[in-house]
Amino acid sequence: MDVRLSPEQEALRDSAAQIVDKLGPKAVGQLDDPARKARLNTAVDESGWRELRVATGPGMPLASGVEPAIVAEELGRGLADVSFLGPTLAAELRRLAGAPPGPAGETVGLDTGLGALVGTGEPAASPMVAIDAHGCHHALFLVPDAGGSRLARIALGSARSGLDLTRPSAVVHSRAASTLVEGSARLLRADDLSRWTALGLALTCADLAGTMRGAVALATAYAKERTQYGVAIGSFQAVQHMLADAFTAMEGARSIARHAAWAVDALPASEALAAAAAAKAYSARAGRDVCEAVIQVHGGVGNTWECLAHVYLRRALLSSDICGDARVNLDRVLAHHGVGGDDGLR
Amino acid sequence: MDFGDSPDESAFRIRLRAWLGDNNPGLPASSTDDEYWAGMAAWHRSLYDAGFFAMSWPIEIGGQGRSTVFEVIVDEELAAAGAPPRPSLGYLVQGILAHGSEEVRRRFLPGIVNGRARWCQGFSEPDAGSDLAALRTRADRQGDEFVISGQKIWTSYSDEAEWCLLLARTDHEVARHRGISAFAVPMRQPGIEQRPLRMINGVTKEFGEVHFTGARVPAANMIGEPGEGWALAMTVVSHEREPGELGYVARYAKLVNDLSRRVRSDPAAFGSEQIRELGWAIVEVEMLRRHVQRRLSDRLNGIEHGPQGSVDKLLMTWVEQAVGHAALDIGGRGHGGGDDTWLHAYLYSRAQSVMGGTSQIQRNLVARRILGLPASS
Repeated sequence: MDVRLSPEQEALRDSAAQIVDKLGPKAVGQLDDPARKARLNTAVDESGWRELRVATGPGMPLASGVEPAIVAEELGRGLADVSFLGPTLAAELRRLAGAPPGPAGETVGLDTGLGALVGTGEPAASPMVAIDAHGCHHALFLVPDAGGSRLARIALGSARSGLDLTRPSAVVHSRAASTLVEGSARLLRADDLSRWTALGLALTCADLAGTMRGAVALATAYAKERTQYGVAIGSFQAVQHMLADAFTAMEGARSIARHAAWAVDALPASEALAAAAAAKAYSARAGRDVCEAVIQVHGGVGNTWECLAHVYLRRALLSSDICGDARVNLDRVLAHHGVGGDDGLR
Repeated sequence: MDFGDSPDESAFRIRLRAWLGDNNPGLPASSTDDEYWAGMAAWHRSLYDAGFFAMSWPIEIGGQGRSTVFEVIVDEELAAAGAPPRPSLGYLVQGILAHGSEEVRRRFLPGIVNGRARWCQGFSEPDAGSDLAALRTRADRQGDEFVISGQKIWTSYSDEAEWCLLLARTDHEVARHRGISAFAVPMRQPGIEQRPLRMINGVTKEFGEVHFTGARVPAANMIGEPGEGWALAMTVVSHEREPGELGYVARYAKLVNDLSRRVRSDPAAFGSEQIRELGWAIVEVEMLRRHVQRRLSDRLNGIEHGPQGSVDKLLMTWVEQAVGHAALDIGGRGHGGGDDTWLHAYLYSRAQSVMGGTSQIQRNLVARRILGLPASS
């Protein structure tokens, strides 16, 4: 056991940090700057990060779950308003189905609670939410078949919405125009979906850890410069203790998220899912607490649209919901320990 | 990054698992009654003699000289077997290793490590708790000895101990942090009087008051230089705050495993709110386990005695107190003469946010030394 990042992983982290620090939004006003956004998108395109889970020859992914998690943490920290999670999860679906790699601009379609892929049990007539859809024009979802599921694909309209200002969704009201993905070698089965969900949870945990890091850094900088009673508010213990708690919760979330990312490929599917569920329950709860504290440290300013604090909170809330929130994942943890009630056995 | 075992680590794990099958003393996971500490002394010697304690400490002091990863494996296997945690004295070892002379290290550390010499830690005083530098116990030089007078409090297991790592003031002229020295004081001598304190869970063996009235310690028992006591104390407490140094993951894992077993044996007796309390405790323990793996892996770059220990201490405290709440909810309160072990584990958990530096002090340290926030006005 040695859970330090390898030199290659550190280099990946550094290059992701560099791109995000250079091209990510530094203020709410910059979210509407199309030229900056396009430059960020080009940089991510050229990085190859969205292809980390594409299958190599024998069906193994190009990189383990750890590498995309490293990227996700940096993207979350810098509020990168560019798609990454959606295309990564789409590539993973194609890999698990033995389908050829898709064209760029593909994401995944979840139920309206964002807890699961469409095709795993939501009401038939309900809309589908294509997450992380900036720059994406298609979404993958599941169509049940005897003994498993097939991959289907549908084109997305141009409208984007959702609570996260950095990662908007596209809502699909009818799936009538979908087609099956060609060239799939096999049906997706329960273990595949557990593995896929483990990756989705691990990456959203990493994004949450990064979001918390960025948010705590924002509030810490503000506490050093904002003065009241003639001194920096960061000199007051009441403020210091809020930030210390936020920093500490963030460090705990980073530690458990690191294990979840490793577990995606290293453990059997059910174990990988259990590890990811524990990480998500912890990170979703911590993410909301930390971002709320960050708004509080900013006082009145933190409650205005122009302050980045709510952008972090919104990003954290979206990450929390994708592949299941704290409650759903706490139930998964309990079921794995054999102590779930009836509602825990999922 | 790899959370998995190397072949060498795996072989060690299998050997330890087999040994635990025959040698688990079946003690409780927390200090919930007065038998606990008597049992822990024997457990320390048994674990050490079998080669499963002091895995990462230097060979010269009786350690195994292996990587910190082996400490993680020991914690995991102790938890899986429901065995007691490893003895929590790494912070004493780290303090003496970092500040003691070659001679002092050779003289005192092997006994601490192999469990043949019992030690306590004389830091806090009635008027020097969080403000430790206000301590007033004095050590006055008389020839080749120092004469100790003063009072220590919250001194864990002082009545069991043969030795005390004592902080005392040796210089009254300099700034208060710089006038403190550290000593290894023999506890079995006239001039030392003990009074046990009863904790809120009824345990009387853990907390103590120690009165020094003219106790003597040879000058050669000073640890570090005159005036180095404060620096030594900071090294000691920085590790006293680390669950990785303390081995507490095993303690918490055993508690949640025992609580889970209780639920599985009678699921109908528990409501969903109680079960969720247990779920959060399980999640917290899992977090701490991964955090300790991360921090002990970082030690492969070399040990640091820094403020990160305060982050660890806060996380550990949240875990212990979440487990405490689950113990209260699932274990019960001992109404009608039932088992009150779980009530005692809960009550004991309240001390975690005080011992080794209060949570408020830890937050001050994180804010000031990690986040770089300005000093309070």
